[in-house]
Amino acid sequence: MHTDRLNETFAALADPTRRAILARLMGGEATVTELAEPFQMTLPAVSKHLKVLERAGLITRGREAQWRPCRLEADPLREVADWLDGYRRFWERSQERFGRLDDYLRGAQGKEATDDPTGDR
Amino acid sequence: MSDMKVVADPGTHEILITRSFDAPRDRVFKAFTDPEAVAQWWGLRGSNTDVDELEARPGGRWRFVERDGNGGEDAFHGVYHDAVAPERIVYTFEYEGMPGHVLLETITFEERDGRTLMTDSSVFQSVADRDGMLQAGMESGAAESMDQLDEYLARG
Repeated sequence: MHTDRLNETFAALADPTRRAILARLMGGEATVTELAEPFQMTLPAVSKHLKVLERAGLITRGREAQWRPCRLEADPLREVADWLDGYRRFWERSQERFGRLDDYLRGAQGKEATDDPTGDR
Repeated sequence: MSDMKVVADPGTHEILITRSFDAPRDRVFKAFTDPEAVAQWWGLRGSNTDVDELEARPGGRWRFVERDGNGGEDAFHGVYHDAVAPERIVYTFEYEGMPGHVLLETITFEERDGRTLMTDSSVFQSVADRDGMLQAGMESGAAESMDQLDEYLARG
């Protein structure tokens, strides 16, 4: 597990503007001006957010073109998803094991009641 | 839905699970300590568990083999350190697929209005082992420990 990278990814994702930018980029590349449009923000403020996203590896920016379009990078998000998935699996395994115990206890209750001639529980 | 809660604070060696069961605690205690009972519910759905040994007393041993129906087999064993009916069991737990990584499990049962509240604390030997269990099963924790050993040895 790449803890440092996860920390950086989660820090980058902790801001609603940055999440909105990522959501926009899921639809395809966009320039800074295009990304700034839906927000009441100056271009430098948006650029600052883009730098955070770029450092976290969540986006890359074109080198050649003057407007340097931003592009979403899937790898860090995949790592976050894998990390969450691990917890989900642990949770599900535990639910499953104890769910079987629920079933057993339900069954055993009926069984013992009939097995026990005194009816004493 | 069950009321299961899992607490695993960052950087600690513990996983704490609480959950209640709709049965008095003597019955729940028995489900954990009676070999025939354990064989009927232990393990994941679709698996069958053979109880090789289970002697719930201080110093008593346990060993369960979980078979997944596709020829897959996972064995687990340990030693009981305490078994106080119907309140508490304490035992070590070791997955035979990853020997040397031992955890200490303490399960307590409290009865409330005919229901039983279980508190299940697992204390691992390292944060890496604990995180490995939470993440992709114990294997990744072991792999991480081995990576750390590699790194250490490489430093000379």
